[in-house]
Amino acid sequence: MTMQIADSVPLSASDAKARAQAAAARDNLRTEPRAVRITIIALAMIFLTVFVVLPLVVVFAQAFSRGIVAYLAALAEPEALAAIRLTLLVAAISVGLNLVFGLVAAWAIAKFDFPGKTFLITLIDLPFSVSPVISGLVFVLLFGAQGYFGSWLRDHDIQILFAVPGIALATTFVTFPFVARALIPLMQEQGTQEEEAAISLGASGLQTFFRVTLPNIKWGVLYGVLLCNARAMGEFGAVSVVSGHIRGETNTMPLLVEILYNEYQFVAAFAIASLLAMLALITLIVKTVLERHLDEGQEPSDH
Amino acid sequence: MSAVAARRRTLPGFGLTMGLTLTWLSVIILIPLAGLFLKSLELSPEQFWNILSSRRTLNALRVSFGLAFAAACVNLVMGSIIVWALVRYRFPGRRLFDAIVDVPFALPTAVAGVALTALFAEKGWLGAPLAALGIKVAFTPVGIFVAMIFIGIPFVVRTVQPVLQDLDPEIEEAAGSLGASRWQTIIRVILPSLAPALLTGLALAFARAVGEYGSVIFIAGNLPNVSEIAPLLIVIRLSEFRYADATAIAVVMLVVSFVIIFAVNRLQRWAQSRIPAR
Amino acid sequence: MTIEVRNLVKSFGSFKALDGVDLKVDSGELVALLGPSGSGKTTLLRIVAGLDWPDSGEVFINGEDALAQGARERHVGFVFQHYALFRHMTVFENVAFGLRVQPRAVRKDEAAIRVRVKELLDLVQLDWLADRYPSQLSGGQRQRIALARALAIEPRILLLDEPFGALDAKVRKELRKWLRSLHHEIHVTSIFVTHDQEEALEVANRVVVMDKGRIEQIGSPDDVYESPASAFVHGFIGESIELPVQVEGGAVRLDGRPLALAADGLAPGASKLFVRRHDMLVGPPGSGAFEGAVRHVRNFGPVQRAEVTLSGGQTIEIDAPRDKELRAGDTIGLEPRRYRIFGG
Repeated sequence: MTMQIADSVPLSASDAKARAQAAAARDNLRTEPRAVRITIIALAMIFLTVFVVLPLVVVFAQAFSRGIVAYLAALAEPEALAAIRLTLLVAAISVGLNLVFGLVAAWAIAKFDFPGKTFLITLIDLPFSVSPVISGLVFVLLFGAQGYFGSWLRDHDIQILFAVPGIALATTFVTFPFVARALIPLMQEQGTQEEEAAISLGASGLQTFFRVTLPNIKWGVLYGVLLCNARAMGEFGAVSVVSGHIRGETNTMPLLVEILYNEYQFVAAFAIASLLAMLALITLIVKTVLERHLDEGQEPSDH
Repeated sequence: MSAVAARRRTLPGFGLTMGLTLTWLSVIILIPLAGLFLKSLELSPEQFWNILSSRRTLNALRVSFGLAFAAACVNLVMGSIIVWALVRYRFPGRRLFDAIVDVPFALPTAVAGVALTALFAEKGWLGAPLAALGIKVAFTPVGIFVAMIFIGIPFVVRTVQPVLQDLDPEIEEAAGSLGASRWQTIIRVILPSLAPALLTGLALAFARAVGEYGSVIFIAGNLPNVSEIAPLLIVIRLSEFRYADATAIAVVMLVVSFVIIFAVNRLQRWAQSRIPAR
Repeated sequence: MTIEVRNLVKSFGSFKALDGVDLKVDSGELVALLGPSGSGKTTLLRIVAGLDWPDSGEVFINGEDALAQGARERHVGFVFQHYALFRHMTVFENVAFGLRVQPRAVRKDEAAIRVRVKELLDLVQLDWLADRYPSQLSGGQRQRIALARALAIEPRILLLDEPFGALDAKVRKELRKWLRSLHHEIHVTSIFVTHDQEEALEVANRVVVMDKGRIEQIGSPDDVYESPASAFVHGFIGESIELPVQVEGGAVRLDGRPLALAADGLAPGASKLFVRRHDMLVGPPGSGAFEGAVRHVRNFGPVQRAEVTLSGGQTIEIDAPRDKELRAGDTIGLEPRRYRIFGG
């Protein structure tokens, strides 16, 4: 029943039309009609513009609303300079601490097998899911006047709360997971073979780490440090609870933004805010670059 | 892992690094959090209950949890639309918009707070036209809602995006060749495949919005019982030296966060168990 | 149901996946598309299914212009290489999917769907897995469920893309036999794609050999093995000895020396001589078209495989029966019992 069919089917005009329609619809196995596509793209763009782009733009618009001179003058205020200095100091402390911790923890978790590993990772992640205000509160409960160590600290004249140590502690708490979380999956993926090879060739533990492991994870380290730093400089809730808001002494940049804003010094508030927004943008750009390095660094695995 | 296996570890430094990790984790995270729970144990159940059942606390929790959930739902829908556009379509500016999704992660919350307030205030770029329509956003619960949407959007997008990207194109072709319309394919095949990621994104956005402070307090108006969020109430109680009240509210919020993390972990494990080994 | 494809051309960028393909498949046939990867066989299958569209050419299913229909309307059963089972659905729901998404007017009621799915699961002998999820099945079971799912819509034709490609060797052999007997039972016109010649020769009743977007030969399994139509087919199917020769003045020359082989009807010029390994008969030195020294001998069951260096320096492998033991160092004569010479 076969041979005759093909020859007996000339293409009529209506067939041609049907084929054109089918061809137009051919891709719709995996996509949608044009009108739907355009609607979805438009919705996505409008939403992101309203909720993300405009807030960013408004920061700079407000900061420069009285011109560049007023902007620069606001940044040159001693209070502003003090806040910038404190922010840099606190970020340096907590990024440094978390960098060391992140490397140590990633080594223990990624290079060895032990029971409860998943649970340990969950614990490291905890600060991500704790409200910033609570992250500050826990230190008030420990070191505050009514806190567990409050009277001891007072007796020994040690100031933690409403001073740099408290701010650094709260910031370290909040940024705790960043470096470790950037490194653990990366180091797990790389396995232990290269390190084992180095050890078997006679390298010491530290030599192995600095000559073999670290070069392999350098982009991951930078990635973790970048995100850790961005959060450390920008942290508000936790720092706000422990800082005491002493002008010129315990105000970080985000806290100064709040104070100036509440005093209706909008240009000054947004000038400081614009520095933080710039930090965020630079962070995002560097992050994109680093992600490209991280993707390239992954060797094709043969499963 | 048995003791024998532990002794046979070839790489050095396990004891040292594990010891440091646990010590540091305890000092920075576990002891402070334990202190919070210890403090809450100083309260009798009755005191605890009285604090939580006070009108102002209840309203603050209601505002935080209710609006956070509503915002997370909006993020679920809009996040899905954004993911779909970013993954499935090619359009000018796609990579830029893809990068922009991360802004709420990176922008310090206080900056977001003042920016959203300026934008939605009665004289702001968006506040003015909305006010003309009779909609007040800044200094009302709607403002809180808006800030929570802002802060939650990357969570949904970044959770769902990789899953949609890795979705096997063959399952859509299979559905089509079995006669399913595009709509049937999306509802019956694609959405269920994305369900674990969508739920995870929803949970993460919700958890973040519940605890959010910086981006909310500027735009909220902070009127007790109306537009006062729970984290702000903690701060207020602290400044009044009512540590017990602050602790009780914090414990409730923390427990909810832990339940969410636990649920998300289970969800992830469930999702992984459904991936067939090739 | 018949399938006919005329002059199909399809390019992906600068890569020509199909370069003018014509093919007719009769009702009830089980046809194998055989070729190396990149030969265009999967592209051809996907175009017939409506999953891809040709740049030009025509496709008819049972005489109807298939290119006027989308994949949804073609009623083609397609089994994907990696099965593409819906992993959030049970086996039962996977098979029922095609029935549940039918337009309401023609959709079966729930009871009828249950009966039909049960039938299909019985057909593939997996009714006891109805409530499992795909991730709980073995590869072979997934394969059979994918087939049951494709059959649920009562397809006019059945298309299978590398149906056994993702399975291990043992399961693959079992499923081959099973597929052939299943086809015998349901008799739906079927095309399957494979790069495995053994699979094609064993399962199909017709084999289409493809290379570089073109069809090299269409024929029964015996045809393509015994009478390869081109150098490519000879080299691709079965194990062959391949020697570069020169056809000149009515003689076949290897390295300039004439071989005692007939050159009737061959075009002059550089050519290729093909001989099956087991078609090289071993004799005493000086007795055949070739002479060579045995380098290595290894026994494979009923045959001994010998590596022989010919007097011209080329090394070939032959399969000889084990009645006369060969030893390394022997000098032997070789006479091709059957051979083919292709120009170019």
